[in-house]
Amino acid sequence: MSRPGRDDSPDRLYTLTGGRAHAAPDSPFDLVTLVVAECDPGPGLQSEHATILRLTQLPTAVVELAAELKLPVGITKILLSDLLAAGRVSARHPRRTAASGVPDPDVLEQVLVGLRNL
Amino acid sequence: MDSATSETRTPLGASADNGLKIVIVGGFGVGKTTLVRSVSEIRPLNTEETMTRAGEAVDDISEVRDKKATTVAFDFGRITLDARNVLYLFGAPGQERFWFLWDRLFSGTLGAVVLVDTRRIDDSWYAIDRLEHHGTPFIVACNDFGGPTYAPRQIREALDLDPHVPLLDCDARSRASGKQVLITLVEHVKKQYAGSAQVSPVPEELTL
Ligand SMILES: Nc1nc2c(ncn2[C@@H]2O[C@H](COP(=O)(O)OP(=O)(O)OP(=O)(O)O)[C@@H](O)[C@H]2O)c(=O)[nH]1
Ligand SMILES: [Mg+2]
Repeated sequence: MSRPGRDDSPDRLYTLTGGRAHAAPDSPFDLVTLVVAECDPGPGLQSEHATILRLTQLPTAVVELAAELKLPVGITKILLSDLLAAGRVSARHPRRTAASGVPDPDVLEQVLVGLRNL
Repeated sequence: MDSATSETRTPLGASADNGLKIVIVGGFGVGKTTLVRSVSEIRPLNTEETMTRAGEAVDDISEVRDKKATTVAFDFGRITLDARNVLYLFGAPGQERFWFLWDRLFSGTLGAVVLVDTRRIDDSWYAIDRLEHHGTPFIVACNDFGGPTYAPRQIREALDLDPHVPLLDCDARSRASGKQVLITLVEHVKKQYAGSAQVSPVPEELTL
């Protein structure tokens, strides 16, 4: 399998995102935010947007979308921000208890149960 | 783009709503991808992130044009834990020069597994130093390449490992062994946070 982004000259990325500035700290998307389509990929959509809507019929993590699209994660997040702003997708962000990022003890327990059941 | 990968995609269930992260680190060729593959329910996928020197995700394409950015490739796998929780395992790039990006790239991770090849113990030292610096919970797993077997005490000494950090042997090619490594890590994470519940929270973004 070829590495994503391999053929992505800055010019192609520029075209995809319209060269927009994208303030990373404001991006709501984590690598493992799960994205879900809220509509069908209708006509007239940019092809990457349409692909995302097809891939997210069921929840799909940002990082998986990037791999499928063969685009860098940052560019994928820009495309997702467009779709989110247009209400075409929703985002399920990782649960965290506090700004400190300390994981929820209940979730940790669920992780252990899940791993032991593997 | 709709070829092989998409056809063989295994989607998550409709109720999945919580993504979790664990990072596998260690020197070049130590078995990171092998470990991800052994436990993952999908064939490991590969992607990349473009980061600026400040360690931030690129916020302007012009920075890519100006070549101020570094591209970091990593692979990952996935484990569906239950109807809601899904765990992603990331094989972090081994090269030292990527480590300045690490906390941004994998912020919010539950913890890390440091893979060690006992024939090249020193390769792991840098990873451990960074994890300690960031306050990321981690365990050390010695991958069995048929190298010399050392007593745990010797390995702890060589790595200057804090006594509370779990150390275990593993075979990254074995699913059962990989599973045990992950369980050991999560148990350690649980213990660590239970013990530090009263301590003031760690700042989310520490700079190097
Ligand atoms: N004998 C033995 N070989 C292993 C083991 N784990 C991995 N290997 C082999 O070691 C080689 C490197 O493993 P990888 O999983 O690609 O290592 P990596 O850490 O992902 O390597 P980089 O991403 O290049 O840093 C492969 O040929 C594996 O088949 C192990 O437990 N025992
Ligand atoms: Mg690898």
